Amino acid sequence: MSDTTDTTDSKPHKAGVFDVRNIIGALMGVYGVILTLAGIFGDPEFEKTGDVNANLWTGLALLVVSAVFIGWARLRPIVVPTDFDRPDDDPTRPAPQRKRPPTH
Amino acid sequence: MSSDTLIDASWLDYLLVAIYFGFVLGIGVMARRSVSDSIDFFLSGRSLPAWVTGLAFISANLGAVEIMGMSANGAEIGMPTVHYFWVGAVPAMLFLGVVMMPFYYGSKVRSVPEFMFRRFGTGAHLVNAISFAVAQLLIAGVNLALLAGIVHALLGWPIWIALIVAGAVVLSYITLGGLSAAIYNEVLQFFVIVASLLPLTLIGLHRVGGWDGLTDKITAAADSAPPEAEVATAAQQLESWPGTALSGFDSPLFSVIGIVFGLGFVLSFGYWTTNFVEVQRAMASDSISAARKTPIIGAFPKMFIPFIVIIPGMISAVLVTEMIDLKNGGSPDGGASGEGVAYNDALLLLMRDVLPNGLLGLAIAGLLAAFMAGMAANISAFNTVFSYDLWQRYIRKDHSDDYYLRIGRLATVGATVIAIFTAQIAMGYDNVMNYLQTLFGFFNAPLFATFILGMFWKRMTPTAGWVGLVAGTLSAVAVDRLAAAGVIDLPGQGAAFLAASTAFVVDIVLSILVSLVTKPKDPSELRGLVYSETPREDRTDPDEAAMPWWRRTVPLAGIALAMVIVLNFAF
Repeated sequence: MSDTTDTTDSKPHKAGVFDVRNIIGALMGVYGVILTLAGIFGDPEFEKTGDVNANLWTGLALLVVSAVFIGWARLRPIVVPTDFDRPDDDPTRPAPQRKRPPTH
Repeated sequence: MSSDTLIDASWLDYLLVAIYFGFVLGIGVMARRSVSDSIDFFLSGRSLPAWVTGLAFISANLGAVEIMGMSANGAEIGMPTVHYFWVGAVPAMLFLGVVMMPFYYGSKVRSVPEFMFRRFGTGAHLVNAISFAVAQLLIAGVNLALLAGIVHALLGWPIWIALIVAGAVVLSYITLGGLSAAIYNEVLQFFVIVASLLPLTLIGLHRVGGWDGLTDKITAAADSAPPEAEVATAAQQLESWPGTALSGFDSPLFSVIGIVFGLGFVLSFGYWTTNFVEVQRAMASDSISAARKTPIIGAFPKMFIPFIVIIPGMISAVLVTEMIDLKNGGSPDGGASGEGVAYNDALLLLMRDVLPNGLLGLAIAGLLAAFMAGMAANISAFNTVFSYDLWQRYIRKDHSDDYYLRIGRLATVGATVIAIFTAQIAMGYDNVMNYLQTLFGFFNAPLFATFILGMFWKRMTPTAGWVGLVAGTLSAVAVDRLAAAGVIDLPGQGAAFLAASTAFVVDIVLSILVSLVTKPKDPSELRGLVYSETPREDRTDPDEAAMPWWRRTVPLAGIALAMVIVLNFAF
């Protein structure tokens, strides 16, 4: 993962792999592929499932979910704001004071 | 102890579990790079979109309680379990979003005890911080016990080794990333759980012959059960109202009152509106509008979760040999604890019987993830409260940011070790839901009473704050001990509902009485903390009026409320 977000970059950049939709899509996709293959080549264990190839159907459904999430992330990428308002320090509470950068 | 394992997993299942943990650790490592200061570590810098925090909000709770507790309840008493969702959780989440969140987010507190400090001062804060920390350790024990149960079922390890290994895994997971990683994992875990429980429910229903087959089998089982097993009648198991099997009241009217007031109003509102584990998720969002929408967006998936946790429990009770035996008053061997089957095992046993290798691995990954995340959430909440609200305020003030981060890490290790011991208490309960409701009655019901009174009545005084909390908790403990001694006879979760209701009433009455004779705070100190002292612009997001109606808080809450009312009538 060399394409890390670089916070010193001045132009807006996309969240990319950090976008949780891509992470969900990737995990569901990997699971979808494995279960689909298990459904095709593995023992379907009909005595447990009552004659349904459960692995195959779940695998295919997961592939669809994966495609939806990755598609959504592609169509509407999250743009990481370079500068967003953080909550101000409150002098009345004991908390680590935020070290503000000298220029804002 | 035999060397056979409860679940017979193949290499394929282990592969699926390993992939999940690979993702989890990967997120932890990525998140670690962007953890810069301690606010980031504790609250993720408040920069996540509402749908992410919304899913994390319910996912933080989709751990032991929901999955094992609700399926255990489903196996034991059937449909009345849905009240935890449709009378309890969903209305409470909507209330949190619409009414209470503006105060939490707007006052910029980092923890619920900190809110108590600003509103009531030291006394109430100290009581609340300590009781909250203790509650988190006890609940972390529940999650750890269930996690170790799965490891035991899967690998056949002795339960105490499983406890220690599970604790070590959770510990490394928390220290790797902080809340940001935890929130991303929770969202991921939500999908894995749904992806495994949905097929489990569908295949289970298919095996028993659909919904009609399930009702026929439950009816037949209830009719033929021996009377000494005290099984709820088929009508009680199949209709959610009046839920006498849940509340333990014989009278349907008292049962409905007990469920609506005890479970719905006091326990669930108390749990969802003051439980920092959940509220912390909403505080991590990027605006007041997103913070308010967090629980409301969470309410939509939440209302459908009963279908994938309670129904599998009900199926398990008529399909799995051991569960049928247990429900008929038998005590079959085996089970996740290694000391006989309990209702808590309903879901694991159903998975063993209906899922093929492959899907089984997905389900195990989902369960491991849920309990791990549940325990991680308890521990990170404990960590925040311990290092900021107890250590920094009362023991060592004015140290560097690094110092408190280090204290936070030490607290994490300490909490994990303690949880190994509190797990032993949790394992003593046959149905983990009973234990949890008892705990919530002790801690959350009085807290909710103090909160709601303090938020809407500016006259409430600092002394009333801590007196109400202490008296409420003590009265709940007293009711629980009376029930344990047999003075109050309520089976099911009625005793917990009664303890919670008592705590609520005692807290309100005492708070009012004490407030009338002690000195209130100056109204100028209550801005952002009390409804009448907070100007409207502090409570609302100026940008929200410009959003389309389906992105605004109140219309969304209205839709969710209408849907849950329909569900209540339909079942």
